[in-house]
Amino acid sequence: MRVVIAEDLHLLREGLVHLLRAHGLDVVAAVDSGPELLEALVTERPDVAVVDVRLPPTFTDEGLQAALAARKRVPGLPVLVLSQHVEQLYARELLADGSGGIGYLLKDRVFNGEQFIDAVRRVAAGGTAMDPEVIAKLLASNARNEPVGRLTPREREVLELMAEGRSNAAIGQRLFLSESAVGKHTANIFAKLDLAPSDDDNRRVLAVLAFLNDK
Amino acid sequence: MAVRALVTGAVLYCVAVLGQLVAVVALVGTVLSSVLGLVFLFPSVVRLTRRMTRLNRRLAHEWSGVEIDEPYLPEPPPPVPLPDGWYRDGRSLYRTPRIPAFNRRLSWLLKDPATWRDFGFLWADMWAGGLVAGAPAILVVIGVVQLAGGGLIGLLWLALALGAARWYAPWAVRTYGVIARVMLGSTEKARLAQQVNRLAKARTDVVDSQAAELRRIERDLHDGAQARLVAVGMTIGAAEELMESDPVAAKALLAKARDASSTALQELRQLVRGIHPPVLAERGLGDALRALALDTPLRTHVTVELPGRLDAPLESAAYFAVSELLTNVVRHSGATQAWIDVSSAADKLRITVTDDGHGGADASRGTGLAGIERRLGAFDGVLALNSPVGGPTTAVIELPRALQIERPPLTWKTVTMGICWSLCWIPLFPQGFVAMILKLVGLKEKSWFLALHMPPSLQWPTIIGMILLGTGMLATAATLSAQLRKANEVACA
Repeated sequence: MRVVIAEDLHLLREGLVHLLRAHGLDVVAAVDSGPELLEALVTERPDVAVVDVRLPPTFTDEGLQAALAARKRVPGLPVLVLSQHVEQLYARELLADGSGGIGYLLKDRVFNGEQFIDAVRRVAAGGTAMDPEVIAKLLASNARNEPVGRLTPREREVLELMAEGRSNAAIGQRLFLSESAVGKHTANIFAKLDLAPSDDDNRRVLAVLAFLNDK
Repeated sequence: MAVRALVTGAVLYCVAVLGQLVAVVALVGTVLSSVLGLVFLFPSVVRLTRRMTRLNRRLAHEWSGVEIDEPYLPEPPPPVPLPDGWYRDGRSLYRTPRIPAFNRRLSWLLKDPATWRDFGFLWADMWAGGLVAGAPAILVVIGVVQLAGGGLIGLLWLALALGAARWYAPWAVRTYGVIARVMLGSTEKARLAQQVNRLAKARTDVVDSQAAELRRIERDLHDGAQARLVAVGMTIGAAEELMESDPVAAKALLAKARDASSTALQELRQLVRGIHPPVLAERGLGDALRALALDTPLRTHVTVELPGRLDAPLESAAYFAVSELLTNVVRHSGATQAWIDVSSAADKLRITVTDDGHGGADASRGTGLAGIERRLGAFDGVLALNSPVGGPTTAVIELPRALQIERPPLTWKTVTMGICWSLCWIPLFPQGFVAMILKLVGLKEKSWFLALHMPPSLQWPTIIGMILLGTGMLATAATLSAQLRKANEVACA
């Protein structure tokens, strides 16, 4: 799997390269600025890009803008965005085109190599990987939302994990449930939120995120 | 439009005449109080003139669209009694505060240059701003009087008046405002003195709150992230020692260190958000407020119309002010929805936060609103809160000079342009064309037409000269206007 990395801190960039290589991923470019990133994404066409939001030369949201611009030129280009802070606003912008292949995680998630690599692979496969903190914020701002309030605590847990982008199998493993039990919960959630059910994991996640974003 | 301008001008002239009367009364009052020693009259005289000029300011604002601040010095505080209950004024002691208070008031009124400028304005208005604005109406009156007296020349006057009403009057009403501002507004000196006072206070506030803020950050770092990093270091050290003898325990310790570093990061994130929210740094005020709205557990609508990014300190002050207001809405108002509206008018930034809650918020209670005012005060900003019981609550933040806009300086070009625009009609119409028509028709009426008073050989050259002079002034004014407009466009682009 071919990966492009954009991160301006030398130590962190090297760490990411090591981590990805150690798990058998092929890092084809590791850049440290917005314009270089856009260039690398368009020419290399990687299977996934791991991008820091704040990059030189402006040290604003250069990385995010480059990633969004690249996705405009190469629709569906999988991008995993890393940041020191997560914002619903940025999550919305990333999810806006509704085509999946999006990850948005706090930088601390790199601490857990296994889970991080799992997220990278999921995004590369066209799935989503949303930081639990984003989901928590989404749910908090939906707290007064009628249908979300009607979910049982268990269903809420399932919803949180589903919104992060996990498959039924992964959710079951996390909550010590059988896959079919998770399937039953998801069906209930979809009924309560009045969403059209879907067997496709990705489409299901996007539907849930779209619902939560439409506050 | 023309008729309205005509009527407005007429009213302005009437007000000027009224002002003239007030000025006469004021003069009499001042003379009585200074020469005959009837000092107690003076404050009433000043109150009368101030009431009159307040009317002038209001009319200038409503009709000419020129805002004029009140230039008066702040009223003196009431006298404070000495410990023994007496009141001291200079070298005298008084039993009651009545005389010291009067003396203070008197010297406040006498020393305020605005008092004397008000008098000056009332004397001058009838011959300056009032005359400029009222000219078309005066022409109409002259025309009607002449017509009534059977003079056909009255028709000419009326025609002139109509022309003036159509092209000159709207401009004249605006000019009235400008003249009124020059004479009634704060002098540069008074304005600067007021500003220095305000800024000195704002600076003290800002320095204090900044010091407090820094102390808070220091404490948070000291007790939070710093302490946790020490723990992480120690845990890693312990794991290192155990690495060989007990690898399993070492691994557990390392996992613990990783969790502790996660918590430290979490705390740092919170801290950073309180110092300067990342979205604000990355995207500016508009998106930062949108992000804030998304994180608020209310349905919050944000509209932002800004030409560009503001200065960072100002942006931050505006952001935290709105953030504090929203927190109040969530905590106290019982609202289900809120609206944030950011707009700019000229160089002023205006932010409105509205909610559909039950109202009854009081700015004098609670420290939150005082904090917002202090923050805004550093930028000459103000917070206005309107919260009737039963709602809705509207808070308006205004920050002057928030956006950088170049004002065209008053140069000889603008002055020449103003003079040409305002006076070109005199040589062109009455002294030029109207005199020409009278000369052609051969009426005996001479009125104030200069050419007709000349010896016959000089009459035509005078008429043509007047027309040329008027046309020249018109052309000069138009050229200068075009130049200035072009310069403005370049400056805006």
